[in-house]
Amino acid sequence: MNALLRMVLKRLGLGVITLFVVSLIIFSAVTMLPGDFTKAMLGQSATPDTVAAWQKEVGLDRPPVERYIHWIGGVVRGDFGVSFASKGGQQRTVVSLIAPRLENTFFLASFAAIIAVPLALVLGLLAALYRYSLYDRIVNLLALTAVSSPEFFLAYILMLFLAVKFPIFYSLGTVSATTPLDERLLRAALPALTLVLVIVAQMMRMTRAAVINLLSSPYIEMARLKGASPRDIVLHHALPNAWAPIATVIALNLAYLIVGVVVVEVVFVYPGIGQLMVDAVSKRDIPVVQGCAIIFAATYILLNLLADIVSIATNPRLLHPR
Amino acid sequence: MSADPAVITSADVASLPPRKRWWETALRELRRAPITAKFGLLAVVTYMLCGVFAPWVAPYPENELVGPLYAPWGGQFLLGTDQLGRDMLSRLVFGARNTIGIAVLTTAVSFFLGGMLGLLATVLGGWVDQLLGRAVDVLMAIPQLIFALVLLSIVGPSMINLILIIAVLDSTRVFRLTRAVAMNVVVLDFVEAAKLQGEKLGWIMAREILPNILPPLAAEFGLRFCFVFLTISALSFLGLGIQPPTADWGSMVRENATLINYGNITPLLPAGAIALLTVAVNFVVDWFLHKTSGLKE
Repeated sequence: MNALLRMVLKRLGLGVITLFVVSLIIFSAVTMLPGDFTKAMLGQSATPDTVAAWQKEVGLDRPPVERYIHWIGGVVRGDFGVSFASKGGQQRTVVSLIAPRLENTFFLASFAAIIAVPLALVLGLLAALYRYSLYDRIVNLLALTAVSSPEFFLAYILMLFLAVKFPIFYSLGTVSATTPLDERLLRAALPALTLVLVIVAQMMRMTRAAVINLLSSPYIEMARLKGASPRDIVLHHALPNAWAPIATVIALNLAYLIVGVVVVEVVFVYPGIGQLMVDAVSKRDIPVVQGCAIIFAATYILLNLLADIVSIATNPRLLHPR
Repeated sequence: MSADPAVITSADVASLPPRKRWWETALRELRRAPITAKFGLLAVVTYMLCGVFAPWVAPYPENELVGPLYAPWGGQFLLGTDQLGRDMLSRLVFGARNTIGIAVLTTAVSFFLGGMLGLLATVLGGWVDQLLGRAVDVLMAIPQLIFALVLLSIVGPSMINLILIIAVLDSTRVFRLTRAVAMNVVVLDFVEAAKLQGEKLGWIMAREILPNILPPLAAEFGLRFCFVFLTISALSFLGLGIQPPTADWGSMVRENATLINYGNITPLLPAGAIALLTVAVNFVVDWFLHKTSGLKE
């Protein structure tokens, strides 16, 4: 257990370092890349005086290193700075913009994941066990189509059939903090279903590949030759070794949700952090963009870390590297 | 026939069956290809022809307001008109040129960059390899779309920015693949011989290693193209990619999206065009990988 704890701590440390470097990149890109976001914020007619005053107001006049330290210090304490959109005395902190939306996105992602993960594992396992059967071929073809389609294509098809032709769900995912749970589930159904389609396809293909890979290993052949029943082979011989690849598959696809969520939220006008980020990018509201990006990156790194830890923890060979 | 069987004369050579031309081999392989690959090739070729000959195929110009807003299907405008009164069919055809063209260009830049750095890292090794490897690790620690959004918010959305940003972000994957496959080639004797012969770095990269890693790179080009194509479409759909009035499938979906609420499937056409092309390319790549890896049924 000691080795395990050491490994987890080491990985966590590595994750923190990665996140730090990522924050450095996200921040320094503003200084290093040519961008006329001042003009974009204030309009083409802004005089040098107004530009200078505005830069002083949001703190852009200070040296980059000082700004970074100030910013990262705030981020660690949960303060992401002030939105460029705040005018005069009326301050709008990035946190006040992100917090309610983060909750909505978290709700949507969990909703999708709870449906998608068991579904994908069962579909993938069946496809692997009955590989090259008609079922396998059909499921694979459907999965390839779903993986190759842009998210908005799937989203609009679902919207057309499940909200317009047969009005079962809502085509707009407008929820607020006061929406009761059942109403919220109904309104988030279509965005969640789109995400489910996208990640089930990915996850199913990966699960199938991982299980087929495992079933073709010599020790499974041995078990079969010994005369173990198919059920025994899958449950007692294959499954203990399958946890690592399956956990990796789940974590990678949950990480993929992060990207999918951006487009899907925009399609269904769902008030989540993805939509906030897209709005902020088109308004060139950089503090908000940076805040969202850090949250997305942290989630992504954390999920990948989790996959790493699970696969090492369930595989003694990786736990004691030579 | 010569008297001595060990001596080969020109008459012997002439009596051999003529050597197959490359296109004869290609044609034979094509005939044997599975139905999915044939379908994929057909689709890809159709898209390419549409893109190249767009001005002749399309009934109306790309950006001319030719009719009422949101005209229905049929009659003068086969697929109706868009939110400004431009012919939908013409814009779909021009979209093939713009959307696919930009994606191909981006993928090419990404391969040039990633491939070159990958080869450089393998041939030079040492700290160059370490440095490039760690840089790529960090770039890949952030989801690509999120990173692209951050960069776009700083430099602003324009065609050239879009191509550069996506190409640089995507070249990380090309770098990894190139490095992985080139590592197996760089240790072979003929590379060592070329080094001892005093060949220059560029020669070793381009003439000794590159030809030997071309098949996996070619297959990867197809897959990377799909990924780049989907990313650019997603950004355009979000309004941050290819900017109006350029006819582009992602933006066309966004511009006409409201029609869905009236049960009109027009916005699904450009979205479907994107999906069909990616599926087709995937089919072709699968077949190509199968062929070049020498796997038999």
